[in-house]
Amino acid sequence: MPFGLIKYALSSSYPGKRFIAARPELKSNYDVVIIGGGGHGLATAYHLARYHGIRNVAVFEKGYIGGGNTGRNTAIIRSNYLTPEGVAFYEESVSLYRQLSQELDYNILYSERGHFTLAHTDSAMRTSRWRAEVNKHLGVDSELVYRDDLARLIPQLNLSEDVRYPILGALYHPPGAVARHDGVAWGYAGRAAELGVEIHQGTTVTDIEVTDGKVTGVVTDRGRVSCGKAVQAVAGASTVIADMAGLKLPIRTIPLQACVSQPHKPILDPIIVSGSLHVYISQSDRGEFVMGGSTDPYPRYQTTSSLDFIEGLMSHVLELLPHLSEVQVMRQWAGMTDMTPDFAPIMGETGVENYYIDAGWGTWGFKATPVCGKRMAEMVATGRVPALIAPFRLSRFENFDQVGEKGAASVGH
Amino acid sequence: MERLSAPMGSRIDRTERVSFRFEGQQYSGYRGDTIASALYANDVTMLSRSFKYHRPRGVLSMCGQDSNTMVQIGNKPNRLADRIAIEAGLDVMGQNYWGSLEKDRLAALRYFARFMPVGFYYKAFYKPRWSWRLWAKLIRRVAGLGVVALDTPHGYYDKQYLFTDVTVIGAGPAGLAAALEAAEAGAKVLLVDENIELGGALTYARFDGAGEAGERTRADLVAKVSAHECIRVMTDTACTGWYADNWLPLIKDNRLYKLRAGSLVVASGCYEQPLIFQNNDLPGIMLGSAAQRLIRLYGIKPGNRAVVATANQDGYGVALDLLDAGMEVACVVDVRPDPPEEEMSAAVMRRHVPILAGATLREAVPSAGGLGVRAVKIARLESATKAARRYDSFACDVIAMSGSYVPAAAMLHQAGGRVSFAADNGSFSVHDLPAHLSAAGSVGGTNALENVLSEGAAAGRAAASDAGFSSAGASAAPSIAEEAPGAWPIIIHPKGKDFVDFDEDLQSHDIENALTEGYQHIQLLKRFTTNGMGPSQGRHATLPAIRLAARRTGAGLDETGSTTSRPPIGPLTMAHLAGRSFEPVRYTAMHYRHVERGARKMPAGAWMRPEYYGAAHSRADNIAAEVVSVRENVGMIDVSTLGGLEIRGPDAAEFLNRMYTFAYLKQPVGRARYVLMTDESGVIVDDGVACRMHDDHFYVTATTSGVDGVYRTMLWYNVQWRLKVDITHVSGSYAGVNIAGPNSREVLQKLCDDVDLSPEAFPYMGVRRGTVAGIPALFLRVGFVGELGYELHVPASQGEALWDALMEAGNEAGIQPFGVEAQRLLRLEKGHIIISQDTDGLTTPHEADMGWAIANKKPFYVGMRSVAIQDSVGLKRKLVGFELADSTGKKPKECHLVIRSGSITGRVTSIAHSPTLNKVIGLAYVAPDQAEPGTEIDIKIDGGEMVKAVVVKLPFYDPDGARQEM
Repeated sequence: MPFGLIKYALSSSYPGKRFIAARPELKSNYDVVIIGGGGHGLATAYHLARYHGIRNVAVFEKGYIGGGNTGRNTAIIRSNYLTPEGVAFYEESVSLYRQLSQELDYNILYSERGHFTLAHTDSAMRTSRWRAEVNKHLGVDSELVYRDDLARLIPQLNLSEDVRYPILGALYHPPGAVARHDGVAWGYAGRAAELGVEIHQGTTVTDIEVTDGKVTGVVTDRGRVSCGKAVQAVAGASTVIADMAGLKLPIRTIPLQACVSQPHKPILDPIIVSGSLHVYISQSDRGEFVMGGSTDPYPRYQTTSSLDFIEGLMSHVLELLPHLSEVQVMRQWAGMTDMTPDFAPIMGETGVENYYIDAGWGTWGFKATPVCGKRMAEMVATGRVPALIAPFRLSRFENFDQVGEKGAASVGH
Repeated sequence: MERLSAPMGSRIDRTERVSFRFEGQQYSGYRGDTIASALYANDVTMLSRSFKYHRPRGVLSMCGQDSNTMVQIGNKPNRLADRIAIEAGLDVMGQNYWGSLEKDRLAALRYFARFMPVGFYYKAFYKPRWSWRLWAKLIRRVAGLGVVALDTPHGYYDKQYLFTDVTVIGAGPAGLAAALEAAEAGAKVLLVDENIELGGALTYARFDGAGEAGERTRADLVAKVSAHECIRVMTDTACTGWYADNWLPLIKDNRLYKLRAGSLVVASGCYEQPLIFQNNDLPGIMLGSAAQRLIRLYGIKPGNRAVVATANQDGYGVALDLLDAGMEVACVVDVRPDPPEEEMSAAVMRRHVPILAGATLREAVPSAGGLGVRAVKIARLESATKAARRYDSFACDVIAMSGSYVPAAAMLHQAGGRVSFAADNGSFSVHDLPAHLSAAGSVGGTNALENVLSEGAAAGRAAASDAGFSSAGASAAPSIAEEAPGAWPIIIHPKGKDFVDFDEDLQSHDIENALTEGYQHIQLLKRFTTNGMGPSQGRHATLPAIRLAARRTGAGLDETGSTTSRPPIGPLTMAHLAGRSFEPVRYTAMHYRHVERGARKMPAGAWMRPEYYGAAHSRADNIAAEVVSVRENVGMIDVSTLGGLEIRGPDAAEFLNRMYTFAYLKQPVGRARYVLMTDESGVIVDDGVACRMHDDHFYVTATTSGVDGVYRTMLWYNVQWRLKVDITHVSGSYAGVNIAGPNSREVLQKLCDDVDLSPEAFPYMGVRRGTVAGIPALFLRVGFVGELGYELHVPASQGEALWDALMEAGNEAGIQPFGVEAQRLLRLEKGHIIISQDTDGLTTPHEADMGWAIANKKPFYVGMRSVAIQDSVGLKRKLVGFELADSTGKKPKECHLVIRSGSITGRVTSIAHSPTLNKVIGLAYVAPDQAEPGTEIDIKIDGGEMVKAVVVKLPFYDPDGARQEM
């Protein structure tokens, strides 16, 4: 047994300590207010406190920490993106993730499993090669593999040609990983709180005060606070919160559903994705199959599940992995994706001075949590936009300087 | 165990014995037995091993509501032994053990429980960094429950739609009454129940001292329901969720019924709750209702000596049933300090069973071997959190628990409803239900049989009226006082093993410790502890967690809230959801002609198209021959998959002018013109041609896989513009053939006498109507492949006839069909782009050198503003033609990168060896300053090697267009 657990076995009283303090009263002023207690907001708070000495920070969370998309995604981490800007950004995220358990002193169960993006059409093969070439050129471990490779690497995959969409090959990304999404949020929250960051769960932001083009305060259902700077990191509510600051975002918010099966003895180590079939699937360390699909057909600010979704998803999963047919689904849920026109996120300055945005995370937000926290904090603390995230600025949509990542989105164009 | 005589055992047929296997051992039961009941009758009370500590587990609910009875049946993992009936030859295995179910080596994990505090995996295994990889491997070795065999076949499952006026979920007393009343009003009623018979609690529970009221009520209601012509009954059918607008999945056998439920009455009942005390998970400890089910449904005497623990009067009914079954009842433990005397408790007292009021269970004592229970320790309650130190021990082999009830309210939750619990006595109410949905019976907190019946009837009447069937006035509902279901105090056992969640092996101190660590929001508590996240989805575990959290934070139960109840309700097989996996494939009218000629098929959107004709081993030669035939003689290709849209109305030209980049207002009738569509950000999304058939009528083509999106986009815009046009999606209504090559006119002439095909009368980009071999056809002189050619569109029903006629007419000239690959090559020679191959999600018209297709002078088209801005900002890349410096050397592939000084400046989008030019040509994105013809570029190929290419002017072939315009 690892040493870390011995104190739990030997103590007469439970040695566990609170990971975040009970909700404090609001102060009248904070140096930085972070709207949104998901992974991104908490990571930003942690980096501000830990690396920039900014500790008079409040995180406002409407519900509970990590309860939005942080706790609703399928926890896949990879850097095999399409544009050089995207690859460099996600590659830094992966390198931060690799040591995040140690950084946070909290096991986020980061497990490299290998990630396969299956291609069923000529055009998917072309896009896979494109991504593989860009990745390799930038030092990311990625390659195009063919049917015979797949037969060896994922023996249980249905490679029959007698199916509707026979598999032609795949983009193979060996470092592709999964982690425990909640753990990431809790790890950041715990360390940030330790350093003095106030985490206010159950606190809804109702307005943002902008005076002379500058953010001056944030109004919540528990009262108003003034702030030097504010950051919004609210995923599916991005457009709503930005609107309070008078900002219009080029974002459409569309639900994305996922589901999980009952636990079974693990038989599937890698992560399998099929863009053409709109499927992604992996098997957790508890033995559950975690499955997701394409975004819902129309925009909505709601996270209700639909029967159509799960019917379609299962029919596609079983085309890939027919031996799962007798497995039973246990739970179905939805998150909300902020889709941008170029399938890349929005990070950085806004038209409002000292108001920073972290949005547009579509289906790729969880995997960017550490890098986003690090770079957003750097920007807030120094007032300078780090080069790594500069390409993702909001103004790129005005001057047609977009970062085209549509080809690298797992599913759901 | 002993079997009881009829009328006990309503489900079993004592005349037929059925043999099956469990853990390799042969057993037999009666027809109608479930696996669990048959095994119980054979004294096999342990069915599985628990998830984490591998503790022995047996019957808890006896109705498939817990995970204790999950077994493996052949290829089917995690099946519920207390739901599934035995059949001859059924091969059942226990799950989650190493060795045998009885002697599980992993049961030793219990000794490590101290090292596994709640969330232990977050607290360790990551120092040093590499160690997690090894721990994860070990954890994956022991994780999971049932086994998925890789050779599991995908069995036959299908789907059916159902519609009805009124749906009633649950055929207990409330549901039966509701169905009857709604049917009486004239509504068509569908009555659904997961059990194999109607009656719900009436089939097993006890409602009075004599034990007759239940059966009397059941017989009466069931007879009326069964005889009613407006009621359709579906038993053994699980409703696995509620989706928007009362859209319900029902699972029966191997079918998923999708029900538009009309007005919905949810009478799904409630879940009896276990008690929390040490070793509360041993086989032999079960819910009171489980003991009653064993007795009444399966005619099984649950044991010899029982202790009954209850928080309400139902436990007394259980005690009476156990006594009637011939068991001794050691005592009834009633948590209430001063239980009111009523009919059933009086009957219990008359039978000299001691009643211990104001007491609680502290600890069950395992039998030798630990696979059952031997005794229970009972202590007086001092407060809601404290029991007296002194205890009395009662020998017993069965403990029947009637802790309390929680509503089976998952459907109500999913529909937006909420359940509120009273703090002290376990009573609850549901509210915030949407329209067209009501709750009746115990799911809504109504328990007294008389009240349940009248509430059910009222709900049935209301639902019928909601569905448009009103009935005569209702009689006044009788209302008797309701008894609260009670709330058993949770007293943390200092030595643990007092399980809150059986699925996840969570003990009460695990919940307490998570609260101590600050995971106090009910959702955080659930996620951190995994309480309620196992297969039974918190039916028994959620309420205790809420109560513990509320106790810790001092908040009320309501304020503490609950976790979200998500679909599916109960296990739902993936194959049920997938059904027959209906993935339509579209074949063109000429498909079988292609097959006859040995075409290799390839997917194109929903369609299958010929990639090329002939054997796979001579692929390149076949394609080259098809190309040569078009360039030198005549070839034809099936273009039926092209998208087709009919735009009609006085504003048709204006509409096209707005949708596409080119100018259409002055396009003459009888002429075709290129169409290029951009989105609002100025990105190319589709192309095709627009044929002006009439002033008010255009026939527009779109790409095969793009047409659905184009159609949607058109409708979307015109909802706003309100132009006077009709937009009709006609893809697939026409079959199309493109006959191309210098001899195409000659071949076509043989079949056509009503269109003058001469170049003067029918020039390039002309459009005509006429007949080909007597088939009415639309003639388009367009040239994607760059030769003289005609695209013929005919009604799809005539496609095969057209194909045959052309083949026959071309026979003499040596006409050769060609496939998609040859077409790709021919157009590449001609420098035409293919949308989505040579463009990507950001390609603008100027990048693709298509400025010629932009009408800058018109006032508007979708994307115009963006295209103008892009034009003024300047290009970031450009699509150019290139040829390899050395056509005999290594050939790059599509999507290989163009590299300059270590940076990516672009990529190859199309590349092929041109048989016509005998060199390797292609299209590639390059930096704007590399776009000048003659510029040398480097392409990085497989293995990292660089290949030289030279930018050349497009097109590669026939630059002045003489061949296509001849």
